[in-house]
Amino acid sequence: MFLDELKMGDWAIIDEIKNSETLMKLIELGCLPGQEICLKLVAPFRDPIAIEVNGHLISLCRADAKNIIVHKA
Amino acid sequence: MTQRQLRVALLGNPNTGKSSIFNALTGLRQKTGNFAGVTVEKNVGLCNLPNGNQADIIDLPGTYSLFPQSPDEAVPYRLLYDHNSPEYPDVILFIADATNLYRNMVLFTQAADLGIPIILCLNMMDHADKVGIIIDANKLSQSLGVPIIKTNARKSVGIAQLKKAFTEILVSSPTKYTQANVMQMAPFNELSKELGYNTEYQAFIALNVENNLRKNEKSVIAECVKEFRKTHKFDLGHLQRDDLLGRHRQIKLLLNGIVSRQPNTSYLRKQERLDRVLTHPIFGYLIFFAVLFVIFQSIFSLAKYPMDGIEASFGLAETYISGLLPQGLLNDLICNGILPGLSGVLVFIPQIALLFFFISLLEDSGYLARVAFLMEKTMRSVGMNGKSVIPLISGVACAVPAIMATRNIENKRTRLITIMVTPLMSCSARLPVYILLIGLAVPDRNWLGLFNIQGLVLMGMYILGFLAALLAAGVFKWILKNTSKQNFIMELPAYRQPRLKNVAITVYQKILGFTQAAKIIVAISIILWTLSTFGPNHLPWQGNISDNTHLKLEDSYAGKLGKAIEPAIRPLGYDWKIGIAIITSFAAREVFVGTMTTLYGLADDENINGKLIDKMRNAKNEVTGQPVYTVATIASLLIFYAFAMQCMSTLAVTYKETRSLKWTLIQLSFMSGLAYLGGLFVYQVFA
Repeated sequence: MFLDELKMGDWAIIDEIKNSETLMKLIELGCLPGQEICLKLVAPFRDPIAIEVNGHLISLCRADAKNIIVHKA
Repeated sequence: MTQRQLRVALLGNPNTGKSSIFNALTGLRQKTGNFAGVTVEKNVGLCNLPNGNQADIIDLPGTYSLFPQSPDEAVPYRLLYDHNSPEYPDVILFIADATNLYRNMVLFTQAADLGIPIILCLNMMDHADKVGIIIDANKLSQSLGVPIIKTNARKSVGIAQLKKAFTEILVSSPTKYTQANVMQMAPFNELSKELGYNTEYQAFIALNVENNLRKNEKSVIAECVKEFRKTHKFDLGHLQRDDLLGRHRQIKLLLNGIVSRQPNTSYLRKQERLDRVLTHPIFGYLIFFAVLFVIFQSIFSLAKYPMDGIEASFGLAETYISGLLPQGLLNDLICNGILPGLSGVLVFIPQIALLFFFISLLEDSGYLARVAFLMEKTMRSVGMNGKSVIPLISGVACAVPAIMATRNIENKRTRLITIMVTPLMSCSARLPVYILLIGLAVPDRNWLGLFNIQGLVLMGMYILGFLAALLAAGVFKWILKNTSKQNFIMELPAYRQPRLKNVAITVYQKILGFTQAAKIIVAISIILWTLSTFGPNHLPWQGNISDNTHLKLEDSYAGKLGKAIEPAIRPLGYDWKIGIAIITSFAAREVFVGTMTTLYGLADDENINGKLIDKMRNAKNEVTGQPVYTVATIASLLIFYAFAMQCMSTLAVTYKETRSLKWTLIQLSFMSGLAYLGGLFVYQVFA
């Protein structure tokens, strides 16, 4: 499944990040394949979203979340 | 050999409290000046060391790695890739957020592999305690082989130890994090030798150089790298990714047994609850608008008193100097030219101070990032993104720092659009123009006994500017193609109590920068005074200048200039005096009020001490005898000043940030066009 399909409070593990620009930025933020994440916030109008990575919040828009394949933890 | 001053570069991720450390180390001895088009990308300050020497401290924008993706991130890169540059630091002080060591260490290992002596500073220790993160600093220092100092910059804890560490003999850390699998993809050691680097990893970092040079910047390193990449084929993006991934793996192993967590659930829950409320679909927006409301209310109500004070003291100074100096040209120049011009600008200082106070308060607390989160979708629909919100809000103070604040936007198109439309936000320089014009046209009464009508119109002007910015952004979005697939990824930093000392230093620096604009104002005042005191048939050497009579304004050079452009501005309802004001305020909008004061002061000898607003109210058209300032003319002027690009500093900073004359001219012409057509439309409708 894709990251943007998660519901609030869902925990998941990242399997793959498809777009190379998105991947680079997320790796820098410590958000890489194998990392456990949790969907913490959804902005009004459902976009963007914020996930917890290592106890820190990272916000990203749905278009970027669609590039991230995850499985539920 | 003369001993060079020690250069210490502050490197680290964004939101790790680098500026707090910088402020704690240097105090007010910072060499900044980011106003009036002086774009300074890195702040440098002086620090006294315990051994009596001084060190230059260089504050760099935060970055997550040495592979820059935004103009902000290119700044540390440019400082670190060229070891022969005179700016190259002797020591890196690496500022790490103790609550997020794992991620911070990636950049740390990159910097360590460059072979520069490095000190690791674990900042925000108080925050780590609160969250429940425990770091065995001794063990970490041993396994990294670098000195570690724990700090809490907000409380100045550990600052003395930092200063002491700068004086100790520092050895380069072993470059033990370089990824072997990445390095074997090409002979980077050969490139390193060719460029005279000490470590292989320096050569690897230099591979990026071409994308990070300034326009027309020549670099020997770039030439070598180009040759190297031509002979050895490899996918750089791929290698950089592998480099970062390898570092992550290594760090995870390294931190095992050094960092432990005992999560403080009540603290974390408090942070989460704050987020839920502040990004709530209803409360989130309500709170945001309430915050804006409070800011604007205090800017207008609180700033009034110091502003009156500044104006009154200038008035006293004028009277005093006027009496002190003998009557004549010099007296006239100072009292009717320079002093009113200066007063017209310095009077903004209270408002600018308040605005920057609030903005840095909000930024320091972590709230501005939530505003970006809240507004991201709306902004994206017009071609900007959440990160554009901060520049737009800062644009209400001044477009110059606002445009510089776009540097953390990675997407080039988004950044360009944000730069283009930010000057449409009503900046503080427009405020006195608005206040004067609204005071002329709108009665000072309350509506429903609650809202001051003048205040409502003023707020309307701000909304107009904001809507115009959104609309213009939408047009640019439609014209420009998007080339990047990455949309919006941003860290939401933890909420923290803002540190007043930091905020105060920021405000102080901004005001210091703003007063530098005074030089321009003095120059314009002198030019304006000269143009309106002399005319083609009225020059000092013609000997027909008596001491107390002025020539008629319309016979002066300024008058001739105003008359010359009158045909072009007549359809907007302006006369030649307004024409002069428009010409002089091309350099800076606030000059409008000063020009009006000068023009009506010079024209009207009997009533030289009257208020400007009354003089304007009584002004009659010389031909028709009708009042000059009708509602239609005033409305047209308001629209004109809301949209027109009348700010040299903004144009200069747009040019510096876009590095493109084309886009600077586009900004100038679309805003001027909008102003002219808007003014024309409004005048024709109202007249």
